[in-house]
Amino acid sequence: MEKIPILKMGDFLLVTIQVDMHDQMAAALQDDLTSKIAQVNAKGVLIDISSLDIVDSFIGRMLANTSTMARVLGAPSVVVGMQPAVAITLVELGVNLGGMRTALNVERGMAILRRDGDNPDLDGAARGHD
Amino acid sequence: MVTTETTSVAAASDIVSVRHAVRRRAVEIHLSLVDQTKIVTAASELARNMLVYAGGGQVTLEVLQDGVRQGLRAHFADTGPGIPDLDLALRDGFTTGSGMGLGLGGAKRLVNEFDIESTPGMDTRVTITRWK
Amino acid sequence: MTTSITKVLLNRRNDIFQEWLQQQLSAPTRRADLISEAELRTESDSFLTALTGAVRAGNLSDIRAPEYKPVLEILARFSRSRGIQGFSPSETATFVFSLKQPILSALRKSGGNESTELVEDMWAVNVLLDKLGLYTTEVYQEFREGVIRRQQEEMLELSTPVVQLWEGIVALPLIGTLDSTRTNVVMEGLLQKIVETGSELAIIDITGVPTVDTLVAQHLLKTVAAARLMGADCIISGIRPQIAQTMVHLQIDLSAVTTRATMAEALRFAFRRSGSLALEDSRRSSTPK
Repeated sequence: MEKIPILKMGDFLLVTIQVDMHDQMAAALQDDLTSKIAQVNAKGVLIDISSLDIVDSFIGRMLANTSTMARVLGAPSVVVGMQPAVAITLVELGVNLGGMRTALNVERGMAILRRDGDNPDLDGAARGHD
Repeated sequence: MVTTETTSVAAASDIVSVRHAVRRRAVEIHLSLVDQTKIVTAASELARNMLVYAGGGQVTLEVLQDGVRQGLRAHFADTGPGIPDLDLALRDGFTTGSGMGLGLGGAKRLVNEFDIESTPGMDTRVTITRWK
Repeated sequence: MTTSITKVLLNRRNDIFQEWLQQQLSAPTRRADLISEAELRTESDSFLTALTGAVRAGNLSDIRAPEYKPVLEILARFSRSRGIQGFSPSETATFVFSLKQPILSALRKSGGNESTELVEDMWAVNVLLDKLGLYTTEVYQEFREGVIRRQQEEMLELSTPVVQLWEGIVALPLIGTLDSTRTNVVMEGLLQKIVETGSELAIIDITGVPTVDTLVAQHLLKTVAAARLMGADCIISGIRPQIAQTMVHLQIDLSAVTTRATMAEALRFAFRRSGSLALEDSRRSSTPK
């Protein structure tokens, strides 16, 4: 089974999801990511979904759950690169992604995480852009 | 003229195959990218439902030609527990208590035609159609 | 009654075919520039075969019955290709109508003395071919409408351009009434431009939109939500007092959306936002940790 690669980028971890994910892969990713966050004391996670041309409710929930797990471990995450057709479909589908943070690309995502580093959120709630 | 293909869904990896098959057909009839994404996503939702609630089922894809109009139709049939209250299930936010919604309301919004028949204790059949 | 029609189509097929072809080739609507004799021959042959098959079951009035499916498919394909080639609808319908005379002649020749039956048969064929001829014009019409609709959509994409106002800021001035198709096309264009330009801020200006009903508002909100999922924020500007009131009365929830009365205000907000963030980011990267 293919493993989803997790790269270290300074204080952050970059997860690039390029293949159609099914259940075992999702579970494996969450295991790998949570251990790696602890292992390298990561300050943030970037989840790159720019290659995903489909995000259904399962994958949506997986992304939201993974983001929450990472945040609880002290590494807020940003999901980057969602394709327009996917965004339009997700809105129509009505999946609740629980305030998951997003950015256009890895670069912007890192800028957000760095700002976060200087202004940490005390109540643990995910901060969206207002 | 109608061309059909049928696949079985028995494991999580089959959901991926269903997505690919629907995508292939959607591209064949030149659906716009957004429309392709919508029907592939709806199919993914329904295939997953079949797997989770009925242990699996059959998916049949049909390319439709009605005069000048072209479309893609997908039938999802399983012999699982069925859905006792369809109205309730189609309402957004409905869950069976395990925290996982059936997502039927969402899938319905992604397609042009949505039909569902279910006999509790026997089977469930869902048909979705996307026209060009 | 119908058996004689079937018989005639089978027994006198060749005569009918030749006479029909002759009619088409000598018609003023011939358009030899668009279709060759060989093609005409092949098409006429297929149609005649399909028609003979359909008529066999004895139904001469319901062209939506299953036995007519092959006939309708041929006519649909035919109409569509004629439409593409530039034939007019009447030129297309001639294909079917010109078959009347040959069949009627064949019926008369094999009619013998059963005159009332003969007249009934001729009338049934007449009505059947009228229906089939009308079908080709319907299909042609639908097809042309589809072409026009697509051309309109293409024009819309060109006429409602999303403009890049500044680095990281795009703007979409919406003008005129928004129907469902138009709104979809336009919104998709905005999202695409956001990705292409890497802009985190999009200003949607509705000054030029006369009325905002629930449907339009829903579309706007969905676009804002989609942009958010992609990592960009939208500002809706140009909200006139009446529209603000209407939206509140319709209970449209704008709490999650940034709005401004004018494009200028929206731009000011956008500059402040992206400017201050840029300043922060550059300070952060230039200060040693």
